[in-house]
Amino acid sequence: MLKISTNPHVQTSRDTQSLMLDVVIALMPAAVAALMFFGIDALRVILTSVAGCVLFEYLACRYWLKSKNTTTDYSAIITGLLLAYNLPSSMPCWMILIGCFMAIIVAKICFGGLGKNIFNPALVGRVFLFISFPVQMTVWPVPYFLKMVSPDGETGATTLRMLKSIDVSSSATSKMYSLSDLPSYLDMFLGNVGGCIGEVSALALLLGFGYMLYRRVITWHIPVYYLGTVFIMTAVLYFLTGEAKFLPLAHLLSGGLMLGAIFMATDYTTSPMTVKGQVIFAVGCGLLTVIIRAFSAYPEGVSFAILIMNALVPLIDKYAIQRCYGEKK
Amino acid sequence: MDDSILSNVYILGGIAFVAATVLYLVSKKFAVRTDEMVIKIAEALPQANCGACGKAGCADFATACARSDESSFANLYCPVGGAAVMQKIASLKGYAATDRAPSVAVLRCQGSCKNAPIKVEYDAVSSCRIANRISSGQSGCPDGCLHLGDCVKACKFGALSLNKETGMPEVDTRKCVSCGACVKVCPRGLFEIRKQSQAGGMVYVACRNKQKGAVARKNCSKACIGCMKCSKINEVIKVENNLSYIPPELDADTFGKDLAENCPTGAIIYKERIHD
Amino acid sequence: MIKKFTFPMGGIHLAKHKVTTDCPTVVADIPEFVSIPIKQHIGSPAKIMVSKGDKVRVGTLLADADGIVSADVHSSVSGEVTKIEDLPGASGYEEKMITIKVEGDSWEEDIDRSEDVEKEINLTPEEIIAKIRSAGIVGMGGAGYPTPIKTTIPEGKKANILIVNGIECEPFLTADDRLMVEKAEQIIMGARVLNRALGIQNAVIAIDENKPRAIEILTALSKLYVGVNVKICKTKYPQGGEKQLIKAITGQELPLGKLPIDIGCIVQNVGTVFAVYEAVLKNKPLFERVVTVSGDGCKHPGNYLVRIGTPISSLIEQSGGLDENVHKIVMGGPMMGNAVVNLSAPVTKTTSGILLLQDGEFTKKEASSCIRCGKCALACPAGLRPFAIKQAVSFNDTVEHMRKLHAGDCIECGCCAFVCPANIPLLDYCKIAKQEIRKK
Repeated sequence: MLKISTNPHVQTSRDTQSLMLDVVIALMPAAVAALMFFGIDALRVILTSVAGCVLFEYLACRYWLKSKNTTTDYSAIITGLLLAYNLPSSMPCWMILIGCFMAIIVAKICFGGLGKNIFNPALVGRVFLFISFPVQMTVWPVPYFLKMVSPDGETGATTLRMLKSIDVSSSATSKMYSLSDLPSYLDMFLGNVGGCIGEVSALALLLGFGYMLYRRVITWHIPVYYLGTVFIMTAVLYFLTGEAKFLPLAHLLSGGLMLGAIFMATDYTTSPMTVKGQVIFAVGCGLLTVIIRAFSAYPEGVSFAILIMNALVPLIDKYAIQRCYGEKK
Repeated sequence: MDDSILSNVYILGGIAFVAATVLYLVSKKFAVRTDEMVIKIAEALPQANCGACGKAGCADFATACARSDESSFANLYCPVGGAAVMQKIASLKGYAATDRAPSVAVLRCQGSCKNAPIKVEYDAVSSCRIANRISSGQSGCPDGCLHLGDCVKACKFGALSLNKETGMPEVDTRKCVSCGACVKVCPRGLFEIRKQSQAGGMVYVACRNKQKGAVARKNCSKACIGCMKCSKINEVIKVENNLSYIPPELDADTFGKDLAENCPTGAIIYKERIHD
Repeated sequence: MIKKFTFPMGGIHLAKHKVTTDCPTVVADIPEFVSIPIKQHIGSPAKIMVSKGDKVRVGTLLADADGIVSADVHSSVSGEVTKIEDLPGASGYEEKMITIKVEGDSWEEDIDRSEDVEKEINLTPEEIIAKIRSAGIVGMGGAGYPTPIKTTIPEGKKANILIVNGIECEPFLTADDRLMVEKAEQIIMGARVLNRALGIQNAVIAIDENKPRAIEILTALSKLYVGVNVKICKTKYPQGGEKQLIKAITGQELPLGKLPIDIGCIVQNVGTVFAVYEAVLKNKPLFERVVTVSGDGCKHPGNYLVRIGTPISSLIEQSGGLDENVHKIVMGGPMMGNAVVNLSAPVTKTTSGILLLQDGEFTKKEASSCIRCGKCALACPAGLRPFAIKQAVSFNDTVEHMRKLHAGDCIECGCCAFVCPANIPLLDYCKIAKQEIRKK
């Protein structure tokens, strides 16, 4: 029997599943870096988080929404990986599972599932944990390169915490750092610094970025505009004030900026749909990140910046309309 | 310490006072004047906002009623509320209630999977509007039901459902309020709002196919073939473009049975009582 | 390095599937019956000039253009008119057709059937346009817009450039490619005829870079003629779209709501230009065309010179027949072509290909929910936001809103539906929006 269908009669082989799988592959270098710097603990965090997210999504589809099982589109795995990358390696498993619950059930399924959530699920999970368990979320084991377990359980501060505390004299509680305490740029680039397991290695994240560009999963606009804005803003502040806490390159290479700019701000669902909107979104993220890092109590502002801009996406989508063919420039 | 508490009280109290004044002034200045009558009529309406009356919604209909005089009121009718609601509105206005025979939506097609066998498979979005664009449909009948249920989605009263076995939409006559949403949405114009006869019956041609008899029959066993038999029973019935149409004025109680029995293909449907 | 032209906004890259590039055009068998629709063009149907029982010859006028936006229809065979009635076309909907029972193959006397290329053009522009009109030529790329209207320059406007569209960006189709390789000189002469009719000396033949033979032959030949040049375009879909081609060749964008002639451009498909050559210099009306029969379910794909009115089934028979693996038959290319319901439907002036497709690559995939990736907006060559149009349609938004989204400027190329990772049939929604706008 012949079939009738509407044109076009060819469709791309790049469906949702294949795009998501490419994101998972692009996240793999960072997983390798995490394993190299934080050993078996990093593996524990990643596995718990991914398993938790997939499990919650499966259960929600099966018993709550009673819909088709959507775990096969790999988006839950991505959320799990991103959540894990945003946690320190010493995070207890039960806390990670709470994060998974917040990410999948509250931030994603409650809004209607894939494609309908307003906020990036992994970031919601992370921010929830950050506010609920501030102590556990700010203990940063010192990296122990190529050793499976931490040799002495030593902890330290992240580069951003050091930057924040440089030249601050009045605070009694925070430890003082000087410029010489900062890790070298090479260490920051490779990831041999304290921090969340997935965010430390800029190199691994950039490799993932290159892969996603090569596979045309994302365009370059959001990461480049985001990183560019942060770099230019901090550079301007650095030259205006001369304060070391605005070191532009250090800001670029440390904290969750690379991870946020490459993998979280570019999340399809929670970013604008036109290139023009994406540029506005990325610049907004960059400005907010620098403002939070420079002027708030928190050393890190990427998660909050992206979440705030996520809330503005519907508005951006409404007004950032690309020029259509034949329209006056 | 006391000072700071007091200053808080002053500041908040001040803000509250200013805000209250502004609210009061705005509500006075921009107050919408509504007619008592409009509100009363609107309360009597079913508030389905379906647009079956030809107005933009229930509020619009209520305004029209309130403003109408005796003669223009006779043209206003809410098919959803029916006689009961119109009676209420009429008593509010002090006019005579308009009386209309109850009506119901009928599907003028019998092209079920059995009567009109599927010849090609439709493999695109489930939407009659789209299917109608690209081809004559699965059975080949260019005027027949497409079985994709745009009408079911359009019905706000749950009166339409798609029968899985036949693939045809079915009208639940008790739920149908003859709002006409299905008439508007069907790309092939298969629905018609028809008045019931005195005894509550109805007779109509359940086919819209304008092809020549032989071609129409090939597509569907229950097609109207334009044989003119029905127009011989009563000359009000006209056959144009190989298709018969029974005007709603025709008395179904008198002629219905005769028409249905004499139709060689069974394209004419007669129901003694619409609510069976 | 030769400069390659293209358009900057949107577009996609498709698998070529052009298996019939090297298959020379074969003259297709004349069937026993042909059914010729009286409306194969945009505009009003032609007025029927023959009646049942009439004897006709190849090239006899069957129906006369009714009004300005209409086109003549000629007989493609010789024989007897047996039926003039509504018959189902490719979509299953009925159209008025003239059915002729074929007897022999005798042509009208004034048609020049010799193979020599005529090079003398002594006609005035008005005479050329009159000849084009009486040959019933319409745009053969797909839309079927009557050519005489396009070549008549409206009062107060001026043509600068004639663009001959030899892009053929749809997968599988090679009919235009073969025509350019086999009838290169005729196409150049056709372009010169049109140049003369338009009163200009500037014709550009735009060819897609994946047609090296055609580029080679036409470039060499165009050097011999003044005012005819070949420009090479990048392989990108929909490079053959009128607006995209104008942007690529002239660098200008056609302003919204304007016609190409408003910026001095006239775009004609190579098939049309060839038909113009035959009509003007050989007195031959448009009654046959090159059709590619291909697809992954086609046993012997090839290019055929087909008489208009030949049933699709006869063409399929000649290229190896149907087997049970073929699940879809498409008239035209896979991006913009329509699925065929009725195999007895005839080939028309605008049929560029018949594709027999199997299950697999060409089966519609099940749609899932939108992941808001924005790839549709990135791929849209008209710069629209298909996702927003889809939303407007599914939420039954007002026509004003759809108009604000420029849904009416959709060129229906199908890029959005092609790239959508969730396989949402975005084009269908755009077409509905267009329809709603037109209704108002």
